[in-house]
Amino acid sequence: MLSQKELNQLERFATEIRLETLKEIKNLGFGHIGGAMSIVETLAVLYGKVMKINPKEPKWKDRDWLVVSKGHAGPSVYTALALKGYFPIEELMTLNKPKTNLPSHCDRNKTIGIDMTTGSLGQGMSTAIGIALGNRLDRRNSYTYLILGDGECDEGQVWEGALFAHHHKLDHLITFVDTNKKQLDGYTKDINDLGDIAQKFASFGWHTQDVNGADVAKIYEAIEKAKEIKEQPSVIILDTIKGQGIKFVEETMANHHMIFSTAEHKAAEKCIIELENRLKEYQV
Amino acid sequence: MTILLTKNSVKEDVEMRNVYCQTLSELARENEQIVALDADLMSSMGMIPFLKEFPERTFNCGVQEANMMGVAAGLSATGKIPYAHTFGPFATRRCYDQVFLSGAYTKSNIRITGSDPGVTAAYNGGTHMPFEDIGIMRNIPEMTVLEPTDSVMLTDIIKQLAGLYGMFYVRLLRKNAIKIYEKGSTFKIGKAVKLKNGKDVTIIANGIMVAETLKAAHLLKEKGISVRLLDMFTLKPIDKETIITCAKETGAIVTAENHNIINGLGSAVAEILAENIPTPMERIGVKDLFGEVGSVDYLKERFELTANDIAKKVEKVLKRK
Ligand SMILES: Cc1ncc(C[n+]2csc(CCOP(=O)(O)OP(=O)(O)O)c2C)c(N)n1
Ligand SMILES: [Mg+2]
Repeated sequence: MLSQKELNQLERFATEIRLETLKEIKNLGFGHIGGAMSIVETLAVLYGKVMKINPKEPKWKDRDWLVVSKGHAGPSVYTALALKGYFPIEELMTLNKPKTNLPSHCDRNKTIGIDMTTGSLGQGMSTAIGIALGNRLDRRNSYTYLILGDGECDEGQVWEGALFAHHHKLDHLITFVDTNKKQLDGYTKDINDLGDIAQKFASFGWHTQDVNGADVAKIYEAIEKAKEIKEQPSVIILDTIKGQGIKFVEETMANHHMIFSTAEHKAAEKCIIELENRLKEYQV
Repeated sequence: MTILLTKNSVKEDVEMRNVYCQTLSELARENEQIVALDADLMSSMGMIPFLKEFPERTFNCGVQEANMMGVAAGLSATGKIPYAHTFGPFATRRCYDQVFLSGAYTKSNIRITGSDPGVTAAYNGGTHMPFEDIGIMRNIPEMTVLEPTDSVMLTDIIKQLAGLYGMFYVRLLRKNAIKIYEKGSTFKIGKAVKLKNGKDVTIIANGIMVAETLKAAHLLKEKGISVRLLDMFTLKPIDKETIITCAKETGAIVTAENHNIINGLGSAVAEILAENIPTPMERIGVKDLFGEVGSVDYLKERFELTANDIAKKVEKVLKRK
């Protein structure tokens, strides 16, 4: 269990990631805001508390790894990395600009702290498994965390990986499915209904948990629980909202990738002020 | 083939994707066998009106390209005429074996549309920027590979494809093209279009590089260089006859493509020249590099795909004549 102080810190960190990510995307004027926002709380828990990392030594051999398979969430991952000190926060303003280190999709050869390149959906499942296997071969105790999108679970590769990770008893692979109920063209249930995702993973032999993806305490507890599970991979199904925590984005139907209109720029400005005020409250 | 060239090559006011959707809808009204498939990029492709009009004949598979191509092959086996779309890299690399085996090897009848060619993938960056799609698709036996230049050509090509049988890869810009042809133009698949009839050098271009080459031709005209220009919108089967004639008549060739110079237009032209009429030749294209993020204009500069780059290559090839 988190202490009240730790809980406050994580909530504050999530707010900060959300705020800086909104500024980052607003500065560019467009981006994959829906899926970047729905994993903010999870990123806060991973980078703020759970992951064994050293921003001064990003390639530290004994670190925990993170594969954000829904690579279009890059902008919020970059924010978490910047806030942890991997690179200066000002660099967020270079998102997608010529010669940037921060492209739309996560790229391990460009961004310090990114463990694996993603962007072609489905592929992070397998690369995360390979990382977990490699670290196990080296007798390291490192955990590999993997974030999948729910739409991404359409890909057959996800289920090939599910079968394989179970066969290899990968208990140091902890997977999240960001179940924001939407993919690019609309609701997942209207396009290719995923049904009960936890049940599907369970039938592949995984340990599963369903968790509110906006609740840092619950996410933390689920990760701790997953770590206790032996000889079995674990999946945490995050119940989230696409655009989570940014009201005008949550309320936009087509919020996978948004190009901000003048009104949306205004709404974003308002949100930025609200988030800044909330941050101040955490400081007292 | 009837070619009506525009006098005014400016950005079209229609987007290619909307023209694609309209044309496909018209065809589907007349031909019940036409079905559309997509892999969660239907809204990006402007295909929502088609979905609304033909919900039963639209299959948005979700994010599953390999499954989509296999399903398309099955639909084709029952006599349907599938048009399957996703972004270029996902329509080719991500499901290559399904396209090759379930599709081509079984002699199925599928039109594959891969959108956002080369640098036009812009801000989606390296993972989404196909510089190799033409290469791997032209490597599949009997595959026809096309890249419509503007909306007039797109309409004509999509209509023609409805009446043909086989495997087709259509590399397609989603946004506004630069206008090259006037309404009423018709095209022959496999036959290059001669856009300019110069005598010093032939530039063979396709896709967005056609408009870029027109600009280069102006620059070169000021220097007294007379440029012949071919729009090689069919990459395979390539128009061998016209390439040989132009090599003979102009004695120098430059190719210009929005793709890796390896195994794209430049390679295809070089194969014809080397076997039939060795001719000094230079290639404009991406020099075996991965893509990156940026605006289309920035990326054209970055990968040396501008009118200036073309003009320089022309001057270089002329010295080798
Ligand atoms: C292989 C592949 N196909 C298609 C795409 C284009 N694409 C990017 S995101 C996306 C939808 C993803 O939905 P989901 O996984 O639910 O992501 P989220 O809702 O978290 O943004 C699609 C189709 C891609 N990046 N990779
Ligand atoms: Mg989703």
